[in-house]
Amino acid sequence: MPMIEMKNVSKWYGTFQVLAECSTQVEKGEVIVVCGPSGSGKSTLIKCVNGLEPFQQGEILVNDISVGDPKTNLPKLRARVGMVFQHFELFPHMTITENLSIAQIKVLGRSRDEATERGLKLLERVGLKEQAAKHPGQLSGGQQQRVAIARALSMDPICMLFDEPTSALDPEMINEVLDVMVELAQEGMTMMVVTHEMGFARKVAHRVVFMDQGRIVEDDAKEAFFGSPRSERAQQFLSKILHH
Amino acid sequence: MSTWDWQVFCKDTIDGKIVPSCFGSGGDITYLDWLLSAWGWTLSVSALALLVALLLGSLMGILRTTPHRGLVLLGNAWTELFRNIPLLVQIFLWYHVVPALIPPLRSVPSFILVVLGLGLFTSARISEQVRAGIQSLAGGQRMAGLAMGFTLPQTYRHVLLPMAYRIIIPPLTSESMNIIKNSSVAFAVSISELTLFALQAQEETSRGIEVYLAVTGLYFVSAFAINRAMLFVENRVRVPGMIGGGGH
Repeated sequence: MPMIEMKNVSKWYGTFQVLAECSTQVEKGEVIVVCGPSGSGKSTLIKCVNGLEPFQQGEILVNDISVGDPKTNLPKLRARVGMVFQHFELFPHMTITENLSIAQIKVLGRSRDEATERGLKLLERVGLKEQAAKHPGQLSGGQQQRVAIARALSMDPICMLFDEPTSALDPEMINEVLDVMVELAQEGMTMMVVTHEMGFARKVAHRVVFMDQGRIVEDDAKEAFFGSPRSERAQQFLSKILHH
Repeated sequence: MSTWDWQVFCKDTIDGKIVPSCFGSGGDITYLDWLLSAWGWTLSVSALALLVALLLGSLMGILRTTPHRGLVLLGNAWTELFRNIPLLVQIFLWYHVVPALIPPLRSVPSFILVVLGLGLFTSARISEQVRAGIQSLAGGQRMAGLAMGFTLPQTYRHVLLPMAYRIIIPPLTSESMNIIKNSSVAFAVSISELTLFALQAQEETSRGIEVYLAVTGLYFVSAFAINRAMLFVENRVRVPGMIGGGGH
């Protein structure tokens, strides 16, 4: 049973189709990178996985639970699916410690002490233990994104979704975030990552999904994708982002 | 210009004799007693109306930002209803029309009707501010809250509202000050607040300048006190590291 399975997912904004018959799956422990030109629907696709974006056709199963089923308890499902956003989206009015513990307390029902301890342990892991008492606005972008990863991990997720986690960062901060993600991947976390960081894809991805105009046009093992993508569109895309 | 006579406030309201202590005794009252009591009515109307306005305005503002079409419609209808009719007309509607349509309201004191009228009028304005505050957070914070496994109400409680209220403290301050000033419409339905006091006292004493200056001062002091109190709150809840947040 795959951890994430998408079958013919289609989505429209009014009459405009943003996703067309998208099918793919992520096995447990697998890392897949989703790439494609801007507007190709990759961010929308990943937000469908935990039901942040509704879709009109098809089916998505996460850990065998149907995301689109109205009877599904979405909050319960989302609590087990970690998500990292392009713009970090830490809660600005809370300290870093509170950011890491609030959902553990309110959603998972952990005690404050337990949640704080778990949060601090993860903060140490991403190298930011000394920032615990600060607020997000006092941290750099790279630091905020590492906290955001730690916050997602604090819920003990069964898989992690990354929506362009380094696109909003200054170049010198990208690596500190990628390093944390590489480490996670090497520990066997199931990950679906929307990114243009092909170095990351080469290093840890098992498969690469290439999207264009709402369709999945390539879904290959990493070696095949970087070796010789079948579609012309993917070839163009690769030559553009690898040779700039 | 005639000389000012502030002794007018020490006069007994019945016989017009100056009471040495300036405060009446044994059931008699001076104009100073009346002024203070009128100030009390102004503050009472304002405080209760503000409470009504904050509760209902917040609720309606929140409804307008939910993903549920029916709730959005309810919030929008509420807001448009209460902000498209002049306040004074709304007060008269509450006093003359509503009790005629809903008989049980006939026995409700006009004080309560004024609180409701002013409160609902202001709730439409607060609803607009709360909506703007929540929408200024864009979609990212809502998604982040939901992605952590919060339910929609939890997302509002822990993620959206704490920031939205911080953002709208300045317009909420203006609104709270407005409610003090707008409470003067209560004179129209014979609530013995500052404006009614001013009208009657200047008629009885012919010392309009002193009376109006005193009333003006009390309005100013009341509104200014709210202003200062809100500034204190604003500083207390300031988030370190945010624009204007300080704390570095």
